Amino acid sequence: MNVILDIRNLTRTHGQGEQAVHALRGVDLAVPAGELVAVMGPSGSGKSTLLTCAGGLDQPTSGEVLVDGNDLATLSRNAVAALRRRRIGYVFQDFNLIPALTAAENVALPLELDGTRSRTAHKYAEAALAEVAIGDLADRFPDDMSGGQRQRVAIARAIVGERRLLLADEPTGALDSETGEAVLQLLRDRCDQHGIAGVLVTHDARHAAWADRVVYLRDGVLVGQSGPLSDADALLQESH
Amino acid sequence: MSIKHGLLALLREGPKYGYQLRGEFEAATGATWPLNIGQVYTTLTRLERDGLVRAASGEAEADGRSMYEITDAGQDELAKWFETPVTRESRPRDELAIKLALALSVPGVDVSAVVQRQRMATMQSLQELTRLKRGGGEISWLLVLESMIFGAEAEIRWLDHCEAMLLRHRTAGTTRTAGTTPAAATTRVASDQGRTAGVGETSSTTDVPDQQEHHTGAKK
Ligand SMILES: Nc1ncnc2c1ncn2[C@@H]1O[C@H](COP(=O)(O)OP(=O)(O)OP(=O)(O)O)[C@@H](O)[C@H]1O
Ligand SMILES: [Mg+2]
Repeated sequence: MNVILDIRNLTRTHGQGEQAVHALRGVDLAVPAGELVAVMGPSGSGKSTLLTCAGGLDQPTSGEVLVDGNDLATLSRNAVAALRRRRIGYVFQDFNLIPALTAAENVALPLELDGTRSRTAHKYAEAALAEVAIGDLADRFPDDMSGGQRQRVAIARAIVGERRLLLADEPTGALDSETGEAVLQLLRDRCDQHGIAGVLVTHDARHAAWADRVVYLRDGVLVGQSGPLSDADALLQESH
Repeated sequence: MSIKHGLLALLREGPKYGYQLRGEFEAATGATWPLNIGQVYTTLTRLERDGLVRAASGEAEADGRSMYEITDAGQDELAKWFETPVTRESRPRDELAIKLALALSVPGVDVSAVVQRQRMATMQSLQELTRLKRGGGEISWLLVLESMIFGAEAEIRWLDHCEAMLLRHRTAGTTRTAGTTPAAATTRVASDQGRTAGVGETSSTTDVPDQQEHHTGAKK
């Protein structure tokens, strides 16, 4: 099994002494290529912390995070940044698009920062936008788009190039249920067809249900898991 | 599910044999409610007794069973069925709600664990239903699936709600007696947990007053 994200005994404590907040306390999670994992749990249970540590945006207090075989703690800051540009796609809840750049420019940005020639980067960007079904909006600015369209741009930016790991923090938070499911369909396709490992944080059980596996965090600890799925016929036999 | 009305609905298209009704019933509901042929014939017999269907002229099946057709009274009954909303009371009693209520009143049951196990079990069905939905199919089948998806979704939300209510209840009950600080509760839960919590396991929170604010702050 080709494990893309390997989290081992991860802890993350904010502050010290009396004030210490134990956001994560010993989490293990391995996500192989092609698997989509949903993380659920009450507010404050550590979901975003788990995702930021996985994406190299935050440093663990102890434990290990390996992405595509690289132990993030052993890499230099530059090397982590490069890994983030090339291998890790991150969809933020508030999208984090740059208002002064068009959709295509936003999507091409990580590639250009990584030294890809502008024309090539734009070709990739347009392909990624087409893949999320908004190829026609390439030259629009984020402010002139609907929430759902901005969300797709953010996803296109997270999948552009040769990403191996896709991390999404409440990517459906601001969307209606139908559009939310379209986003899930998209993430699902990336995992199924491109062998990307995906981790999705969501409060919505309907959306989490698109994942192969759903893990449940409470107080910084994984307390439950559902999936992987049995075969469909078994379900039909069971349901009466 | 009313087999009686299901059969009447199918007969409205024209006279049919029992085996035909069985096949069409299953096709319409995406095989969610498989019927055996015995159920079909007992239902038809009862419908015939009540004057809602009658034997139609036409060739009998090999076993001598004839075709059935819907009567005018049957048409009326069917129309009434479609006009009447399904009441929640007419559905089977909710075993889960009863189980949780009992778990609360029977000493020694870890209610949080019951909730968490149920949450993951319902989540698993929701995942499986979603996968079936992804497979696509007839619109009638997709409608039935969505109904089950909404049901599972509601159950999970209800479980979240129960958990938050229990937590508030417990916290209110323990602040009067116990002097446990949130920090102490915190470390206690931490040491209770192994490196990996397996399926359905939960932190043993029954005797740990959870007073941290974020516990009760589940979104929505
Ligand atoms: N920079 C920080 N300093 C101190 N505490 C923090 C910091 N960031 C997060 N926390 C705390 O860590 C815990 C976990 O936070 P986290 O954001 O991971 O929760 P979450 O599960 O994503 O919640 P939500 O569903 O509300 O987004 C919370 O108690 C939070 O207050
Ligand atoms: Mg969060």
